[in-house]
Order: sequence, then C-alpha cells, then structure tokens
Amino acid sequence: MPDARPTPKLGPAAWAGQALLYGLFAAAIGVFSQWPRYHPIEPGQALIKLSFTRVGKPVGDCRKPSAEEQAKLPPNMRAPEICPRERSPITVQVDVDGRRALERVAAPTGLSKDGAAAVYERLVVPAGERRIAVRLSDDVRARTTPYQREGTVQLAAGQVLVIDFDAEKGGITFQ
Amino acid sequence: MRQVNAAGPRALGLITWRAAERLGDLAFGSKLNPLRHLGAIGFFAFWLLAASGTVLYIVLDTSVAGAWRSIHDLANAPLALGVLLRGLHRYAADVMVVAMVLHLLREWLHRHERGVRRFPWLTGVPLLGFVFAIAIGGFWINWDQLGQYSATATAEWVDALPFVSSAMARNFIASSSVSDRLFSLFVFVHIGLPLMLVFALWFHIQRLTRGAVWPPRALAIGLFAMLAALALAAPVTSHAPAALDRVPDTLHLDWIVLFVHPLTAATSPSIVWALVGGAALLLFALPFLPSRLDAPAPAAVVDPANCNGCQRCFADCPYAAITMVPHPNQRIGRTLAVVDADLCVSCGICAGACPSSTPFRSVAQLATGIDMPQLPVNALRQRLRAALESTNAPRPIVVFGCDHGADVARVQADDVCTFSLLCAGQLPPSFVEYALRDGAAAVVVTACRAGGCEFRFGERWTAERLRGEREPHLRESVDADRIAIVFASIGDEAPLAAAIDRLRSIMPSTGAMLSDPHHA
Repeated sequence: MPDARPTPKLGPAAWAGQALLYGLFAAAIGVFSQWPRYHPIEPGQALIKLSFTRVGKPVGDCRKPSAEEQAKLPPNMRAPEICPRERSPITVQVDVDGRRALERVAAPTGLSKDGAAAVYERLVVPAGERRIAVRLSDDVRARTTPYQREGTVQLAAGQVLVIDFDAEKGGITFQ
Repeated sequence: MRQVNAAGPRALGLITWRAAERLGDLAFGSKLNPLRHLGAIGFFAFWLLAASGTVLYIVLDTSVAGAWRSIHDLANAPLALGVLLRGLHRYAADVMVVAMVLHLLREWLHRHERGVRRFPWLTGVPLLGFVFAIAIGGFWINWDQLGQYSATATAEWVDALPFVSSAMARNFIASSSVSDRLFSLFVFVHIGLPLMLVFALWFHIQRLTRGAVWPPRALAIGLFAMLAALALAAPVTSHAPAALDRVPDTLHLDWIVLFVHPLTAATSPSIVWALVGGAALLLFALPFLPSRLDAPAPAAVVDPANCNGCQRCFADCPYAAITMVPHPNQRIGRTLAVVDADLCVSCGICAGACPSSTPFRSVAQLATGIDMPQLPVNALRQRLRAALESTNAPRPIVVFGCDHGADVARVQADDVCTFSLLCAGQLPPSFVEYALRDGAAAVVVTACRAGGCEFRFGERWTAERLRGEREPHLRESVDADRIAIVFASIGDEAPLAAAIDRLRSIMPSTGAMLSDPHHA
C-alpha cells in the first residue's frame, strides 16, 4: 500500500508556485496596509468643530410651595421653592460668511431630561478668512438668544477651529 | 447519501473556492495548503501578535508626550530588530483579519454554520468584532497623526449611537483635553480586550477535539518568513506626532483594518452602524434560516451490550460528542460510551473506530458498540457480500469512498464494486481484509485530500488505521500490494480512476487468488 497521507514531494515548479503565492499575499498585505493614501479633508480646506456640553436652564419658573404642599412633605424635604427638574434643550446656530452653516437643537440627557445636552459637529470650510457667527440658547423661556459671538478668523489649510462653550470664559469660545 | 448542493451564489462560491484550493494544492500540497488551515493561521497570527506585542509594550511609554517617541525610536534598534518587531506586529494583525474573514467565508460556503456546528459559528462571529476593535485600538497607542485620526473617527462613530449621551469625541477636540490617563483606555482596548479574546477563542473551539491552534510547522515557518521579509522590505513607520489643532493632510491608512473610517466619512456614521449591525444580525441569523438541505442526520447510537469501553470512539470523535461513563451493566471499572446527540455530526468515524465493527464476527446480525442508524455496519457487510456474490467479474475491485469526497459511483464498472460511506473514517479497517478474503482482487479506500475532510479527521484517521498507526488497525498480514488509498476530494474522480487502473494492471484477473480467496 502506498504511504498513507504522505508528505508531498514538491518539485521546482511547486516551490516556485509557493514563493509566488507567498509573495503575492505579502504584496497584497504590504500594499493595502498603507495604500492608497487617504486625505481626511481635501487640500485647501479647514475644519470647524462645534463641540460643547451644557446643562440648560430649567424649563419653567420656580414657585413657592403652598402650606398644604409643605405639610404633606416630611420636614427634611420641605424646600423654600419647587423647581421643575427638566432642563431646556440647547439651540445653537452657526453662520459662516453670513450663511447658515449649522443649526442644532440638542435635547437634555437623562430619563427626566435633567442632564447635560451635548453637541459635536464638524464643518469643513475653505481655508482663508472666515466670518463666523455663533448663537446659543439654553433657556426655552428666554425671548432673546443669551449667548452670541461673532468674529473673523484666519483659517490655514488643515487647521482645526474649535467652537466651545465655557461659562467661566464668558460663554462661546473660539480655540 | 451524497450531499446535494443547492444552486445559487453559495454553490457557485463553493465551486470557486474548491478551484482555489486545488490551485493552492499544486503549490503547497493539500496538507500544507493555507486555504485548508485558515483558522489555524488566524491563531498563528494571534500568537505572533501576543509575542511581539509583549515586547512592544515593554518599550512603550504610555504617555501623551512619550508614546510616539518610544515607538519611533524602534527604528534605531540594532540589527533592524525594532523594524522587524513592529512590522511583524502590524502585518500579523492584517493577516489575522484576512484569515478570519476567509475562514468565515469558507465555513459558510461549506454550510458549516448550521446544525451541530452552529455553536462554533455563533461563537466565531463575535471574534471578528473583537479583533477589529483590538486592531483599531492598536493604532491609537502610537499617538501619531494616524492614531489621532483613528481615535477621533472612532469616537465620532460611537457618538452616533442613540444611547451614547456624552460626546466621546470631545476627548479629542484639543491637545489640552488629552491626558496620560487616556492611555489607560487605549491600553484596555489593545491589551485588555485581547485577554478576553483568549477566552472567546477558547469558547470557539471548545466543542472540537484537537482544535487547530497552530498550523503545520512548515506552513508556520513559511508564514513567519513571509511576514519577516515583508516587515523588513516595507518597514512600518509612524506618521508625525499627533496634533489635535490640525487635520492630518495625508495618511498611509491600513485599509485592511481601518477601512471603516473612510467608509464612515463617505457615507455617515448611522449608515455604517446599520451596515455593521445588519451584517452581524445576518451572520447570527444564518444558522437559523430555513433550508431545504437541513434535514437533521441521525446521531450515532451506542449499544451497551457491545460496547466494551475501549475509548477508541471517544479518542477519534472530532467533535467531542462522546464521553465515557461507568458501564451500568458490567463489572466495576468498565466504561460505556455515551453520545451527545447535540454534538454529533453523524460522520460515523466512531463506528469505524469500534473494535466490535469487525465483519468477521460470525453473528448473522452484526451489531457493534457504536453505529450509525442510517448506515449500520451490518448493512455495509450485507451490501459488500451481495455485491461480491452478484458481480460478474471473477475478482472485482472494491472501492470504499465517502459521500463528501470523490464520487465513487463515477468509477463503477463491471469489475468495480463501490460503496460510499458517510465519511471514509466510518470504514472499519477490517472491512478491507474482509473484502479481500471474500473475493476482491484489491481494495481502494478513497478519502478526501489531506486537510479537506468534511469532518476534520476522517482522512487522517483512515490513513493511520490502514497504516497500522492507529487503533483499530489493519492487520499486518494483509497484502499491502492489493490495497490502495487515494486522497481524492470531490471532483477528483480522475486520480481515483487512475488508481483503479493501476491495480487492474498489476492484479491477475484469474488464477491462484481466485481459487484461494483466503490468500491474504
């Protein structure tokens, strides 16, 4: 009986075939591990990132509880004011060179809608001088937009401009 | 019964796959053909990644300021060892991804997502997600422009999920927002997840006997040499250090691993989530989709009266479907085989391993210790006897084949009696001797090509049994010149026919052997 499951005796053609197949596989791995080149944004463009997290104002006014309401509560839970838990959504608008580039309404997080609202958006714009106006509202009761910032920025190609919100720095910031 | 393949893309894919395997066989031989060892190659890549990654972690400075420099300086290590190390690590990751995807494709083409093999399929699909997450996370640790891009793109992608409340991408809006603590997350993704992956891999092969976690040595050497040559020929280099105030201009993207980022940019995060989720759902659902080819095959059945507890079926079962328990009816110390029907793939290898399966037993009704209801050894003996008695040829050639290998019906002739078994491994070796004693001029046993057995070990166990290296073995007194074993997968009928012709040419059709059927 011929040797069962013999180790194949490979001829020169088979060895050459092996070398070829190993080479092709290696070439495929080597090529596609770094080619084709990828450009995250086109040349001559810049990126604006609008990103902030903010807890909006309560959706309603606080009120003083009545004596009856106070009496129903345990002494340790009697507060001078009752405020709605739900927070306002954050509304933000971004204009670039006078045109509306972005408008978002971010809902507050949490089951009771009492958490922070978060916004993260990318805007790819041509590099160069850009007039940017940002308006942000965090209070559904307000009739005006509480936070605004407008400015001219010089954006280099590939530059990232971050529009953030920092109450300690006066509100909307350009970084 | 010979498997009938449905028409359609899967059948077409399987034909293409088999053609590719044959091409590979020409160069590597079927035993070393990488296409027949894809799972093991995935494991091999993982071991390489673990070994090279351990060394890389030793030299890595896990800080924002130091990470890039510590990896970049590897290029200055003597004897190009740093280049080799880094290249091995990167390219092994690519090989692992490619091997896993091909492995998944191969198993699907062979309908291995169904039935008993549903478990390895369902535990294998999540491994893809694991490996991609780990591999993508590996690019962040270097903290160069590519790492910056990948980390930011991943965070933006994750933020698109509806239940993610806070923007992860805010962690990458400015250099001031990135701290050394971020590397704790990176290390968890790239080192913590691989530790979990080890367990996931163990689950994946847990229901396999002798799970292949290492390819054949020659193949492992070849793959290592290929990766080392690639690492030196195309060194992996870093991009410029990460700078979050700028968008990287040009990236040398690893498309094998990071293709998801450009895909997201070209479509939208939601679309890519839908694609990923849809693909995952489909892969998980595949084993449960109805199919007209899904008739469940009966599991092996143990006959306690004929099971002597020898454990050969236990040792040979490729799917760990057999366990040994104390025999209820015999003296203390005797064991009994028990078949878990949920694990049994109905290959019959256990019946071929059972010493009670010998056809020489004088009982009229041959009952063995473990048997297949759809093709019991008694039926095989009856069919063999009937064929040898009814054939017109004075000394026919008997061919034992396999439902999943070369179609033995195609070599049927006046002087050739063919028998197709569930698997070649179902054949008890004593049937070869029995056929020769009962008048066969020669016996051909055909099994699938090495590494091509539908049930993993059928061709291997068959060869070892016939060679006398595995129990139950063919007796040495049997004339080896009258036996041929042919490794012929489906479509390989030509070499099978050639082997039969060769035996015809050397076996006398009449004469001493005819008058002496017990010649052997």
